[in-house]
Amino acid sequence: MRPFILQGHTRPLTQIKYNHDGDLLFSCAKDLIINVWFSHNGERLGTYGGHTGAIWTCDINKSTTLMASGAADNTMRLWDVKTGKCLYVWEFPTAVKRVEFNEEGNKLLAVTEERMGFTGTISVFHVPTDYSDEKFKNPIYVIKTRESKATVAGWSYLNKFIIAGHENGSVSQYDGATGEYIKTVQVHTAGSLITDLQFSRDRTYFVTSCKDSTAKALDVNTLEIIKCFTADAPLNTASFTPVQDFVVLGGGQEARDVTTTAARQGKFEARFYHTIFEEELGRVKGHFGPINTIAVHPKGTGYASGGEDGYVRLHAFDKNYFDFKYSL
Amino acid sequence: MSDTLVEELKDKVVITDEEVDVSDVEEKFRVPKPAGYDTIVVIQGAPVVDESKKKDFFRFLTTRVFAKIGKVKENGLYMPFNDVNGTSKSMGLVFADFENVDAADLCVQELDAKRIDKSHVFAVRKLNQLEKAFNTPEEFHFEEGEYHEREHLRSWLADYYGRDQFISYAGNTVTVNWNRKSDVPEQVVSRENWTETYVQWSPLGTYLVSLHLRGIQLWGGASWKMCARFLHPYVKFVDFSPSEKYLVSYSYEVVKLPPIGHPARETMPFSDADEGKNCFIWDVQSGRILRSFKIAPGGDVKDPKKVVWPIFKWSANDKYLARMTPGQSISVYETPSMALVDKKVMKIEGVQSFEWCPVDDVVADKSEQLLAYWTPELQNQPARVALVSIPSKATVRTKNLFNVSDCKLYWQSHGDYMCVKVDRHTKTKKSTFSNLEIFRVREKNTPVEVIDLKEVVLNFAWEPKSDRFAIFSANDQSLGSPNLKTNLSFYGLEKKKNTPSVFRHIATFEKKSLNSLFMNPKGRFLAAATLGSSTQYDLEFYDMDFESEKKENENLANIQLIGSAEHFGMTDIEWDPSGRYLTTSSTIWRHKLENGYRICDFKGTTLREELVNDFKQFIWRPRPPSPLTKEEMKKVRKQLKEYNRLFDEEDIAEKSSANRELAARRRRLIDDWEAYRQKVTAQVAEERKALGQTGVADAASAEEVIEETIEEVVSEEIIPVDE
Repeated sequence: MRPFILQGHTRPLTQIKYNHDGDLLFSCAKDLIINVWFSHNGERLGTYGGHTGAIWTCDINKSTTLMASGAADNTMRLWDVKTGKCLYVWEFPTAVKRVEFNEEGNKLLAVTEERMGFTGTISVFHVPTDYSDEKFKNPIYVIKTRESKATVAGWSYLNKFIIAGHENGSVSQYDGATGEYIKTVQVHTAGSLITDLQFSRDRTYFVTSCKDSTAKALDVNTLEIIKCFTADAPLNTASFTPVQDFVVLGGGQEARDVTTTAARQGKFEARFYHTIFEEELGRVKGHFGPINTIAVHPKGTGYASGGEDGYVRLHAFDKNYFDFKYSL
Repeated sequence: MSDTLVEELKDKVVITDEEVDVSDVEEKFRVPKPAGYDTIVVIQGAPVVDESKKKDFFRFLTTRVFAKIGKVKENGLYMPFNDVNGTSKSMGLVFADFENVDAADLCVQELDAKRIDKSHVFAVRKLNQLEKAFNTPEEFHFEEGEYHEREHLRSWLADYYGRDQFISYAGNTVTVNWNRKSDVPEQVVSRENWTETYVQWSPLGTYLVSLHLRGIQLWGGASWKMCARFLHPYVKFVDFSPSEKYLVSYSYEVVKLPPIGHPARETMPFSDADEGKNCFIWDVQSGRILRSFKIAPGGDVKDPKKVVWPIFKWSANDKYLARMTPGQSISVYETPSMALVDKKVMKIEGVQSFEWCPVDDVVADKSEQLLAYWTPELQNQPARVALVSIPSKATVRTKNLFNVSDCKLYWQSHGDYMCVKVDRHTKTKKSTFSNLEIFRVREKNTPVEVIDLKEVVLNFAWEPKSDRFAIFSANDQSLGSPNLKTNLSFYGLEKKKNTPSVFRHIATFEKKSLNSLFMNPKGRFLAAATLGSSTQYDLEFYDMDFESEKKENENLANIQLIGSAEHFGMTDIEWDPSGRYLTTSSTIWRHKLENGYRICDFKGTTLREELVNDFKQFIWRPRPPSPLTKEEMKKVRKQLKEYNRLFDEEDIAEKSSANRELAARRRRLIDDWEAYRQKVTAQVAEERKALGQTGVADAASAEEVIEETIEEVVSEEIIPVDE
């Protein structure tokens, strides 16, 4: 089926995310606005305005009542999904690159950028129960990232760990309750930035995408590499699909090199790999810049990709996608 | 220790110095004699003089002979004298001790074998060189080396499936693979840093040639051991004789040997005469240099710094090799002596290029080899193409040509025909067009047939072993335009009863963007490609004997376009030696676009495509000619149907076994995965239980369906309309 092309942003997309039920799709871009769309027809439901810098990230709690966002204006904001009102603002010394609710939706983590003498951190907050109370601005704990700054992070199942991907291609594990450092594993080629980290449905394993053109699936507990997917271009994002055991990778030639080569050179397709066999199954063309972010519908009925070109392409899987089966 | 004690001990010591045998220690620590003779040279062949004239002679030596060489140490000259019939006469030997080593070296270089006057020729050596000669034992002892059985260098031909090998060179890894059509190629051997510049095969496929800063190495056999090594610093090009007996190597740098007497000099394959040379001809088996040349780059009209490789062209039977000095001469050398044939070069004024006949049996006397060359128009002399027989140097046939701007010589693979593509201009030089002059080499008096064309021929290719050829031509007005449209034409020799056979036009395919021809090595099929364009990368495949329903007996060919393809970024094209597959590759040496290779079948269907970072070279391993006789080949052809059945069976068997393997692998992977998932899920459930949670329901399974029926009643009211 032809995808819906969501033209709600004027600048490159940074992250897109489905809510827990999958009926809504949230998209953030560098143009100061978060859009929310109906995922079944691509109609825009509303926008969230208030950030004064490029928005890097957003996350929605399980009941789709609250949405958190992080931006280059050095703030993390909490929004009322229904009304679009900004409920709470946390301020940081540097930009916020990643936010995520925990399983119960009562804690929030924020990954902050390393800049201007401030080290990168992963800060964990209580989700405010009273929006006028200033005390929620104080973090429960702050993890100072070691050696290399964290670029992405997320909660494991049961909030047991916080898993962070780093600028140098390593993945580290922290205790979810205390923030205590547990271990680091050099998963990708040293020096290659980890661009995305998304969990499986049950949050027991996750996939990292990396500029070294590979994506790797790791076990949450052991941080062992369980699967490896090799692409032919730097990757910006990776996501598992439910229903079928696939993983979708997105990326392409670095944005700064795009103008110097032909479009067919860019490798801007979304690639589908079989999770278990690590084999490439197919590609979906469409973007004319690198894909920055991919989100898969929680029920596995479709996926959306956001590109450097400013468009979100919202796909629904066809029947033959579900019919596909390896002959054994 | 008190003095008395020392005395006491002395008495007790019974061993004296003389009794200790220290010869073994001496042997072990013997220092070679100081090379103090480095500055001394010995001159033989000096005039025999009386002792009274010694001073005059020494003066003559220092002031005249050594003037340009260097100073001799004070009292550094010595002449031994002999008593002959009461008078003391010199023995014609002079020892000269120079002030430094350089002067002594120079003296040897300059004066050795120099004729001083009518009756005196100097023989000059350094003293330590002589010493070595004296130390040579009188009797030669042959030490029998251990016999090492060599591996069979052609073992790859015995592959059960008759597959072909190819090299893929990417990054710094050279890999030799078996081609397995669409399957992952089977790796034979893979080595990192196998070569420092590039790799190539020897012409019959026996050796893999790697080039290094220090020289050339040949590899082969089943275990890919090094077979031979040729020291040649900074070697750039390598070429073999057709039977791989000889090897020519070329470097831009001339060879510099270590100074005379240096131990490294002895271990090198070079002799004194090889110093300052940059092109060597080697005997592959013995590793010895047969001859060395100093050849400056040149020969290319456009870029004088470029080397046109190969510099030496070999005759088909390995017997002769020839080199051209553009515009002047062709030098033909004979193997293995490497002497000039007839001891002189063939002076050919204006000579532009030459080609040997590719087979050795064209002339009745099989020792005679044919060579073709052409010269342009020179002062009242027409341009000319000539066929010369070597070594007799007899001219077999010449043809004069007029208004020639360029010629190219194309031999048919069996030497039956030679086609000269002549680019001609009109008298005003405003427009150009081409002629094809076809020499029928095997016929009596070598008749020449001319095909006049209105267009310029850009490319020409004979079908191997056949009398058909294909050309690309274009209108001269459109030459040089980026969207050059070319016409692809086919010609063949029409044989009719009672009339002389003539070359006839068969078919033309018009308005193509293609420009290069690649004939299948087994004939019949032709691949045409667009190479060198930055936007077009087209490929087309033609069948010259297309089997169609209507059969015309008289037809020379039934040409049909059977497939087309595109390989973005391709830079190189090669047929495999069996003619079954064609590969296109894109090398990083040209550009960085989609580097890698693609294997397709004879009609352009892609079988396998591989994009490889830093891809450099793809080369098929050549095969030596088939050892089967014509009768045997005929027999094989007759039984082809039977073989076919066998091959098909094998293919199916292989496929199903491969499928089975793949399926087993997948099943194993699935089992592993499921085991892993079960373990993890159980662990998570346990942990949840410990925390008092019943488990988070999966969104997909716990989907709640709330059916809501909303009934909206649209109110109904009847309003009477007033009239």
